[in-house]
Amino acid sequence: MGAFCHMANPEYQPNLAHHYQSYGQQFAAGKMGMWIFLLTEILLFGGLFCAYAVYRANHPEIFIYAHHFLDKNLGAINTAVLILSSFTMAWAVRSAQLNHRKLLMTMLSLTLLCACGFLGIKFVEYKHKWEDGLLWASRYDPVGHSEPADQAVEAPDGTEGAPPMAHGEGPRYAGIFFSIYFLMTGLHGLHVLAGMGAITWILVRAAKGHFSSVYFGPVDYVGLYWHLVDLIWIYLFPLLYLIH
Amino acid sequence: MTDSSAHSESLQHSRPEAEHIAHVMPMRLLVGVFLTLLVLTFATVAATWVDLEPWNLAIALAIATVKATLVALYFMHLRYDHPFNALILVTALVFLAIFLGGALTDSLQYQPEIERFQESRQP
Repeated sequence: MGAFCHMANPEYQPNLAHHYQSYGQQFAAGKMGMWIFLLTEILLFGGLFCAYAVYRANHPEIFIYAHHFLDKNLGAINTAVLILSSFTMAWAVRSAQLNHRKLLMTMLSLTLLCACGFLGIKFVEYKHKWEDGLLWASRYDPVGHSEPADQAVEAPDGTEGAPPMAHGEGPRYAGIFFSIYFLMTGLHGLHVLAGMGAITWILVRAAKGHFSSVYFGPVDYVGLYWHLVDLIWIYLFPLLYLIH
Repeated sequence: MTDSSAHSESLQHSRPEAEHIAHVMPMRLLVGVFLTLLVLTFATVAATWVDLEPWNLAIALAIATVKATLVALYFMHLRYDHPFNALILVTALVFLAIFLGGALTDSLQYQPEIERFQESRQP
């Protein structure tokens, strides 16, 4: 069909699907589709935010106790890394719009690098919790020697020392905090992975010279998805790490 | 940053430029939003150093919402988009609010009974 169009129309444009009248219309339609997808993503995470809200409203003491096991500093660094990656992604979209192919590829690579950094830090955090037995409720079995996060003691708030913890101490059902923690950060981590896949795809297409100032939709749509992943983390960070 | 799109390799002269299709974010605005987001991240951490009970959670959520709004308006272009996209986002948030509100109201309603039951079972 493509070949047919090509013959029939000397002004055939390979990046403009035939059912659109203009690049602008094509872009607007694609973008709206992406926003509808993002709506479903918000509702997907909404279920977990709901679990969080219900559990925290009913058992605030568990959240105050358990959040001392999360490293605020690593959480804050990861927030900054993700914001930086959103910035480079927005810059990438701009570069695509302005036909700066090299800059587009640089920005996409930087975004990928930030994503790797984020997952690396996340891995360090998960590993720490794995070693201390701070896992989801069915496998929640804190190791006796683990001090409730040396981080909490070092944390500059100083207002509340972390409660001492021996094996089996702490409020009942403290493991459910970690179920919620692992589900929320885990689902978010999966989204980061998926985003990295999408950005790699865009990077390959950019290298092949697919994009131009009239055809940058895919860069923009992947960017929207990436910003949503950042947006969700913006809420996860204070809700999980910064409980007072 | 120079904005000159000198090399228009894959472009034909007759085609419209990006500005006709979507708004191109000025570089200064992108940098400004980025720096503001970093400052707000620091602010949300700093807010936990002081005890403002019962406002700590509200402050943290308010800062997060300002950050999220900045990301949505500028990084996600909503401010310059067709308002229908913003409407989609608002729709998602409205239904999320209904979901959270309903679940919270409901569970807080029967929580005291659960606690009484559990206390009665303790030796």
